[in-house]
Amino acid sequence: MYALDLVNVKKSFTLHLQGGLHLPVVAGVNFAVQPGECVALTGPSGCGKSSILKMIFGGYRCDGGRILIRDGERIVDIARASPRTIMVIRQRAMSYVSQFLRAVPRVAAIDVVAQTLDHAAPDHARASATVLLRRLNIPERLMAVPPATFSGGEQQRVNIARGFLPDRPVLLLDEPTASLDSDNRAVVVDLIAEKKRRGVAVVAIIHDKDIRDAVADHIVDVASLAAA
Amino acid sequence: MIDTEDHPLLQAEALTKRYGAQIGCRDISFELYPGEVMAVVGESGSGKTTLLQLLSAQLAPSAGHVSYRMRDGVMRDLASLGEAERRFLFRTDWGYVHQEPALGLRMAVSGGANVGERLMAVGWRHYGRIRDAAKDWFDRVEIACDRIDDTPTAYSGGMRQRLQIARNLVTNPRLVFMDEPTGGLDVSVQARLLDLIRGLVAELGLAAVIVTHDLAVARMLSDRIIVMKDGAAIESGLTDQVLDDPREPYTQLLVSSILPA
Repeated sequence: MYALDLVNVKKSFTLHLQGGLHLPVVAGVNFAVQPGECVALTGPSGCGKSSILKMIFGGYRCDGGRILIRDGERIVDIARASPRTIMVIRQRAMSYVSQFLRAVPRVAAIDVVAQTLDHAAPDHARASATVLLRRLNIPERLMAVPPATFSGGEQQRVNIARGFLPDRPVLLLDEPTASLDSDNRAVVVDLIAEKKRRGVAVVAIIHDKDIRDAVADHIVDVASLAAA
Repeated sequence: MIDTEDHPLLQAEALTKRYGAQIGCRDISFELYPGEVMAVVGESGSGKTTLLQLLSAQLAPSAGHVSYRMRDGVMRDLASLGEAERRFLFRTDWGYVHQEPALGLRMAVSGGANVGERLMAVGWRHYGRIRDAAKDWFDRVEIACDRIDDTPTAYSGGMRQRLQIARNLVTNPRLVFMDEPTGGLDVSVQARLLDLIRGLVAELGLAAVIVTHDLAVARMLSDRIIVMKDGAAIESGLTDQVLDDPREPYTQLLVSSILPA
């Protein structure tokens, strides 16, 4: 019983400001992810890995095929779902760690993370956020500071904490370890392994081969899915 | 059924407004759910403000309907409401934040009275309690409490806008309309105000329709976007869909015109 199933997914862009230039990205994307499994997307930059993640999350629109995600008893096709349904699915069934943190001014790092637990009591959410940020080696004194002024690696760790704190059935990771040192990379490898043990289905873009080998159960080579 | 709150709060059906031969907006339909924030973006003259005035019953449509879910759960066409019901919406259940704070405030009475007046309009009589509620709201919108007896004429632009927000939110509305709420403000003041609005909307679970020409404002505040051009809604979707994967030529032009931060 899959947590996520992509069937014949297709994506292209039409750039109207460039005279209607048509840019095919991917076509014929087919893979399923079982609970507790990690699928790694590989291929050179620009081949469409991030586009696939964004289509699953509903941030990019999908031009063809189906993106089926299990939400409790029902199955939702993200490729055709209304904005309203996608919002509900994001709250309940999906987490997404983007490549860069979109920093919110004036909100402390700890609250950026804790806010993802929107149904929890604020104290409880902050306590859980603190534990996770500590694991990711964010010093206590930084937790109360808005992340806008953090270094790239610190911002990314806040971003990771934000994606990992809620326990949702599908976790999407876009280069989570790219700007991290080796200690923190090891922490992320552990965190992914823990998610898998809890039955979370993970789709990850990870360039570092050692990390990929440590967490991935299957590889999908996106370069071979280039659209004609 | 996806959610217990899965009934729209506001519904626009084929909404059209003509000014003589001119089109203000045409054939606009959407549903807004409790707690949802929708941004209406587009350039000057695209019909954004006309749409906002139709939605908030300040203008009557030439065709189409706006329905609102009253507190008893019944969906009502705004055109069918009696005067008392309309007044209830304006005084309590809705807020309307103007770009120019002077339009939404009474400039000749104190800041505290501007907030307290909305409470008195819904039956509050106890002076001490009204003053306490006003103080609480001064605190929430970050205006120093020792300014409570000054008139807004003595406030800065950013403070006036924050006071207008407090005046609107003090009655616990379920829906707030905002017309370019950060329009006339300095960039640093804008950021603070945006952040304040973002926090309050989330904390109070407000639904909001925010008209803005500034896509950064839409990005920060909204769940969904409607793009307007020449009175029509040419594209709509989740905020990240519209801003990260725009389809229409005009939306692509808008998005590509943002200066990188």
